[in-house]
Amino acid sequence: MRSDRNQSAPVGLKIAAAAGLLFLHLPILLIFVYAFTTEERTYQWPPPGFTLKWFAVTWNRPDVWEALILSVKVASISTVIALVLGTLCAAAVSGSRFFGREAISLLVILPIALPGIITGIALRSAFSLAEIPFSFWTIILGHATFCVVIVYNNAIARFRRTSGSLMEASMDLGADGFQTFRYVILPNIGTALLAGGMLAFALSFDEVIVTTFTAGQQQTLPIWMLEELVRPRQRPVTNVVAMVVVIVTFLPILVAYYLTRDGDQVAGGGK
Amino acid sequence: MTMAATTVTMRPSRGGVFGHLSDVLWRNPRLTLFLMLTPPLLWLGIIYLGSLFALLLQSFFSIDEYSGLINREFTLKTYAELLHPSNLDIILRTLVMSATVTVGAAVVAFPIAYYAARYARGKWKALFYLGIMLPLWSSYLVKVYAWKLILAREGILNWLFAKAHLTWLLDAWLALPIVGGNSLSVSHTGTFLVFLYVWLPYMILPIQAALERVPANLVEASADLGASPRQTFTKVLLPLALPGVIAGSIFTFSLTMGDYIIPQIVGTSRRFIGQAVYAHQGTAGNIPLAAAFTVVPIVVMGFYLWFAKRRGAFDAV
Repeated sequence: MRSDRNQSAPVGLKIAAAAGLLFLHLPILLIFVYAFTTEERTYQWPPPGFTLKWFAVTWNRPDVWEALILSVKVASISTVIALVLGTLCAAAVSGSRFFGREAISLLVILPIALPGIITGIALRSAFSLAEIPFSFWTIILGHATFCVVIVYNNAIARFRRTSGSLMEASMDLGADGFQTFRYVILPNIGTALLAGGMLAFALSFDEVIVTTFTAGQQQTLPIWMLEELVRPRQRPVTNVVAMVVVIVTFLPILVAYYLTRDGDQVAGGGK
Repeated sequence: MTMAATTVTMRPSRGGVFGHLSDVLWRNPRLTLFLMLTPPLLWLGIIYLGSLFALLLQSFFSIDEYSGLINREFTLKTYAELLHPSNLDIILRTLVMSATVTVGAAVVAFPIAYYAARYARGKWKALFYLGIMLPLWSSYLVKVYAWKLILAREGILNWLFAKAHLTWLLDAWLALPIVGGNSLSVSHTGTFLVFLYVWLPYMILPIQAALERVPANLVEASADLGASPRQTFTKVLLPLALPGVIAGSIFTFSLTMGDYIIPQIVGTSRRFIGQAVYAHQGTAGNIPLAAAFTVVPIVVMGFYLWFAKRRGAFDAV
């Protein structure tokens, strides 16, 4: 007898699953409420009143803008580097079999499999050994390293589904290697790269643990938030920034989901 | 591959610099492979592995107690310092917290993953997927911040307990040793809750992937053969989902072990490994001890991954 796939779930399971999802989402929704609170000095619940004042205050804060701009710059450059390195690596690993192939996939995944603090302190001690001063580029070095895996995961999933005979057909029909890349390979892997790039951007934009070790005195947006978390000074401004960060990171994730939903997964399992 | 290569060589060569270059690359797949792999391998090899190696090397140095300078001679003295009771305490506390968070995450994640894998269809499936992905990818610090709001003394959780007239229950829990504290935001219970929240999606995804592969009629067959729901769960579902649970536990365990921000913001003054590393490399300037501390998670994760591989957990990721 075939099993009936449309049967409904036991009530206990429904409740547990719903409760779990609520547990995942309510705290984030709470941020949205706090962004409008009139309370300045405590985290009082329920909020005594609601106001839009803090959006204007946040808008006029140069330190928030500076941190935001630095974060966007770092995330953009890291994403570009990760796109190039991750795609090259994925193409090489998926296209051929060679000695050390497994070791290369392990090497790519390692920066994200080991706790971030290890990557962070390793980079910092290497900078101090090599006497490299902290700069914009030291942040990028760290970020690009762990963003490679995100692009790699997305690209390799797509390469596996793209048949190698397509490239051979293109070459047989007279296209050279670069034309084949431009007209055959790129359109095939384009959306996967876009999705991987967006996720890499989101990851870099949000990264704090490695950044604390490689940033020196500079403040990316997460570092700015961390300062506020450790020593709260401007609670209302922090609330607004937190809400904006939630919205800004949701957009690339939704887009990445729509780009990759047919078949292969968004590389979420290996953030 | 060889067939294609011979066809190409029989044709006249393409014109132009790019054409020649393209031909050379096509005829020498090994050269192409080498050119493709060099940039990523140089980057990861030099920047990442190089730094990691430099760090490990420094764990064999020691710090001069009087001058505070690093003595660059090979010694195991720094590792011996790890065995000091206060440092052992930090390691033990971190491992217990990581294990508790892992078990907690598995318990909370399982129903969500099971429902998503077995019952959710069409729109609900997409909803569940995004419902897990969005919290996974939303900002780590924002999530921690949200819990700072929730656990604050004047925050929503205390308010809920007061509204439900259950404040006595919360106070009784906080009066307990180890898990308790002055308030939720400065107790191990608070730290546990934040860890659980932040790493939960990493547990759901692999369990769901493992459960997707369990045919529904296996569960029905078990029931038809007279097993109670509990027996079906422990004898059929759980063993089949175990690789997924182990895969998820790699993330929750590793991430908890290496975190230093959550226990710093929500928790007691007792340190975790991450905080010890951060403190030793920062103000104390004791890089050798910090490096030795980082070896602990590396070794633990090494064993963990080896065990997970044996249980087939990597097929579920």
